[in-house]
Amino acid sequence: MDFPPSFILPFTIGLLFISVFLVIIIGIWISGLSRIDKSRIIHSIFTRKSLLAIRETFMEALLHRKIFRKNPVLGYMHMSLAFGWFLLIVVGHIDAVNHYQTFSVPAYKAIFMRYFITEAATTISGKILAASMDLLLLFVLSGVMLAYFKRLNSRIFGMRKTTKLKMGDRIALSALWLIFPLRFLAESVSAGIHHNGSIISQPTGQLLASILPVQTIQMPLWWAYSGALGLFFVALPVSRYMHIPVEVIMIFLRKYGIKVQKRIDGYSRIQVYSCSRCGICLDSCQMTHAAIKDTQSVYVLKHIRNKNLTDEKLFNCLLCGRCQPDCPVGLELNNLRMTQRIESTKEYNSSYEYLKNGPVVVSPQTEVIYFAGCMTHLTPAIIKSMKEIFTVAGVKYWFMDEDKTACCGRPLMQVGQYEAAKKLIEHNRERIMASGAKKLVVSCPICYKVFNEDYALPGISVQHHSEYLLELMADKRLPVNKLPLRVVYHDPCELGRGSGIYHQPRLLLDEYAEVIPIKNEKEAAFCCGGSLANIKIQMSERNQIRDKAMDEYLSYQPDVLATACPLCKKTFAKSRDLPVHDIAEIVCMAIRQKNTVISDKTKTKKELIMEL
Amino acid sequence: MKNFGYTIIKQRTIDYDQFDGRLLNEVLEMEPSFKVCLSCGGCTATCSAGDLVSFNVRRMNLLLRRGETVELESEIKKCMLCGKCMLVCPRGINLRNVIMLIKKSISKYKPVNS
Repeated sequence: MDFPPSFILPFTIGLLFISVFLVIIIGIWISGLSRIDKSRIIHSIFTRKSLLAIRETFMEALLHRKIFRKNPVLGYMHMSLAFGWFLLIVVGHIDAVNHYQTFSVPAYKAIFMRYFITEAATTISGKILAASMDLLLLFVLSGVMLAYFKRLNSRIFGMRKTTKLKMGDRIALSALWLIFPLRFLAESVSAGIHHNGSIISQPTGQLLASILPVQTIQMPLWWAYSGALGLFFVALPVSRYMHIPVEVIMIFLRKYGIKVQKRIDGYSRIQVYSCSRCGICLDSCQMTHAAIKDTQSVYVLKHIRNKNLTDEKLFNCLLCGRCQPDCPVGLELNNLRMTQRIESTKEYNSSYEYLKNGPVVVSPQTEVIYFAGCMTHLTPAIIKSMKEIFTVAGVKYWFMDEDKTACCGRPLMQVGQYEAAKKLIEHNRERIMASGAKKLVVSCPICYKVFNEDYALPGISVQHHSEYLLELMADKRLPVNKLPLRVVYHDPCELGRGSGIYHQPRLLLDEYAEVIPIKNEKEAAFCCGGSLANIKIQMSERNQIRDKAMDEYLSYQPDVLATACPLCKKTFAKSRDLPVHDIAEIVCMAIRQKNTVISDKTKTKKELIMEL
Repeated sequence: MKNFGYTIIKQRTIDYDQFDGRLLNEVLEMEPSFKVCLSCGGCTATCSAGDLVSFNVRRMNLLLRRGETVELESEIKKCMLCGKCMLVCPRGINLRNVIMLIKKSISKYKPVNS
């Protein structure tokens, strides 16, 4: 038996180390899952879900389809590195199997194959495989070249920002950048010595042989290549490249139906380690409009990993969720932040004992409950409009929070106080259930989300007023009157990305005014900056975020900025000349216009806006 | 001591020699916007919790500045964090953060014998 050359040592040690490390750490994480999640794995592992996970791994972890959609050059860079390297390994092994004519080829013989082969490929399959290996290496090298350029100037890639690196990342990144150029040189030099190689390594090898002492530099080059591989493997656990193996595990678990819970567990750790720190979330974050540049999801996940997350960073986020659709790994960025917030504030949840012996407002028996919400009480025009609409439609309702009503609980949840929120939820829930209502109409998206998701309200349909008004209109209980107003609709975060309600407000508005489509809407909609989820941001910073969003809205020259959230309305209303109104106000105004249409038929736009 | 016929209610006496400003200083350091509070009481007027129970946000400010930690702790628990106070504040004070900071740190500064 021939003894393998000593240069394979760094590679072999690195590979052994990383394999053992991964088995141990992933084992720990999976054993840290809840019992239900573990049974999910057991029940799904031999089902179609695994095939779907393999497909997703291929599409996202290798081809990087999501990054492609966002930016083709950036997508190509990631694909050439990931998919190219993957193919190099696979085709390399096929090549080795083909050459040695046995399936039991040790890994090093495939990885360093060109060192061992002293003759040129003779068979057709051998020639094709050798040529594909050369082309694949070229493919990967083109990605490495792009990576160099990206570090120099990230703007070329349509990314305004790129993440800062730490020590482990630098080592792994340098190793990664060296692996492929070194491999190319080593293979070419060997090809130059043995006068073999294929379409690219052969001419390069001959060129190198003519100008360099190839015999002397061959071994150092193979040593360097093996060393770079080994270094990359050893640095992997302390670098962001940990995402490469962990992301695959994450995709499988996600396909099995495992989600981030309201506490830190094995899966939340897997998600944290799956972050590649690509920094795509930085671009969509509006906090940068207020020059806050160190609290974005990518940094929070990094701090969670490094166990040095401060409250100042954790709570300095609007939780608008704008970064989530952009994440190429599809991480639950908001939920991951929430788990940390719950952990950080769990020591001091209030118990709200006073709710038990507070003033009791008996719930009247009713079909429809109207819950305005705390924020709506600060925008009385919305309440007034809703009352008027209820009267026009002839709906009997109970205005639940007209007086002496507890908050819905969502503002507490947003800062992590789930236990405290439960007390408020239970209190409100009892009152709602006692009324025997069938429908709960809510004016505030913040309340809407919590009523919808965290209140157990069997038999009661929770509707935001935009859904409810649309329903009333469809039932012909509300008159329709299209006002000659150009309207930009601002999607509230909690209603849009938070609850997936994009169409109902638009359908409704379309009947009462002209809605202008804009660039940043629906999933990409801006946050107004007023979000209650951020307890660290200063008012002046909120204003900067709001102004930037307002700038875009103003560029469409609308007559009115419409929204469906009292907090958005209040935030924008403080801004500029553009009138800001809730859709309930617009609907109410249109109905009022129609009912008085005989007296003054030709109201000008200005008069309409004044009246609003 | 001479008895002048009038007295001070013992429990309302604040001994400034034993004034404990640690919590106040921490809150002001972490949320400097609280320094500009002019005690207008807008926060208290709009307060959702204040609608349900005797709870006074402005008084909380007073308790904090006087170092009355024990009373402050029982008061602060009543806040539901709805955020109305923050929106009506004419000085744009980040009141929800003030509340959270107090809730977080108050146990550190509570007198041991209470």
